[in-house]
Amino acid sequence: MNKPLRRREVVKELLKKRGDMLVVAGLGAPAWDITSAGDHANNFPLWGAMGGATMIGLGLALAQPKRRVLVITGDGEMLMGIGSLATIAVQKPKNLSIVVLDNEHYGETGMQITHTALGVDLAGMAKAAGFPRTLLGATDKDVQRVKAMIESGRGPVFAQLKVDAEKLPLVLPPREASYIKNRMRISILGPDALHQ
Amino acid sequence: MRTATKSARAAVASAARAAVGPVVKIAAAPATAAYHWAEDVHAMLVEAGIRQVALVPDAGHSALIRLCEADKSMVVVRLTTEEEGVALLAGAWLGGEKGVLLMQSSGVGNCINMLSLPIAASMPLLMLVTMRGDHGEFNAAQMPMGNSTQAVLEATGVICKRADSAADVPEMVSSGLRLAFNTFRPIAILIGQRVIGAKDFRKLTKATGDINE
Repeated sequence: MNKPLRRREVVKELLKKRGDMLVVAGLGAPAWDITSAGDHANNFPLWGAMGGATMIGLGLALAQPKRRVLVITGDGEMLMGIGSLATIAVQKPKNLSIVVLDNEHYGETGMQITHTALGVDLAGMAKAAGFPRTLLGATDKDVQRVKAMIESGRGPVFAQLKVDAEKLPLVLPPREASYIKNRMRISILGPDALHQ
Repeated sequence: MRTATKSARAAVASAARAAVGPVVKIAAAPATAAYHWAEDVHAMLVEAGIRQVALVPDAGHSALIRLCEADKSMVVVRLTTEEEGVALLAGAWLGGEKGVLLMQSSGVGNCINMLSLPIAASMPLLMLVTMRGDHGEFNAAQMPMGNSTQAVLEATGVICKRADSAADVPEMVSSGLRLAFNTFRPIAILIGQRVIGAKDFRKLTKATGDINE
């Protein structure tokens, strides 16, 4: 039996040698996870907008087709915006990847279970929606597969990684959304971003 | 009602007429009846550099949707629910593109929590909302959301401007483009049902025609 994946280690691995990849993180643990791997101008960690992470990723991927865009989110957040899988599948952005860190629980609100604890297969839903590359995994080998899928540029990619339902100390990103926005826009568009 | 006789049906129809009163035809403002706003609005969106057009369809938007779909400078993103569009256009803005979100007033209710994103981050967002539950509505289900659309948006922090004649629509869209993209906030242009016209579902039980109407 493989030991359970630990979310911070998974994220650290996915963001190693990230290059100019743009990263959106769903609210709660995924936002703390990407910050734990190193706060970055190309990070857009969410403090709210539950259910919106994947669609922010789509807007970004359509606007920046030459860059890889990675959305890292949780199972609860993904379930709230599950219809976006259909919207994204029909747009077919090659440069967009979605990784769900599935701990089968709502971690910020008292560890209540989500539907994935009762058998809902998010990767299967993404595949049925039309994602050409999907994966459901729980091992280090799967993490490496996901990394290769993200780097392939043959998306949209959807990966659901089962992770340990551990409670970790929060690692807070900058708190003000306008700052996080401008930091990313300047990183992508240059200083002109503030004069548009 | 397979067993209903002709006279029973007539009695039901007569009772229905008595309940709703005389049927009044609801039409667009007479002075602008021949003018449709879609081409002018499309031209404005092009001129403003709008690229991502996010939408859940509404009959009132159908002419504009056809123009956007035919425009190679635009990417039309069909949504499963309207709040997807709020998130999409936040991502577009992060990546340096402008967008517009088209919906019916019933979709406004779906957007409310997602609007926290452009509000908290001071991002431009232009929403063009065709109104139902507004002027001469037939469908009771449209009334709660239609009647509260503006109040709910304003309570959330979205600035609303109304267009109640066809000629007003381009003027208000132009205003909305400037407000959204010059002052970095969500703006909703509410296109009144007086402009769109209210459909009478009873007539649709008989009519067949262009599926685009």
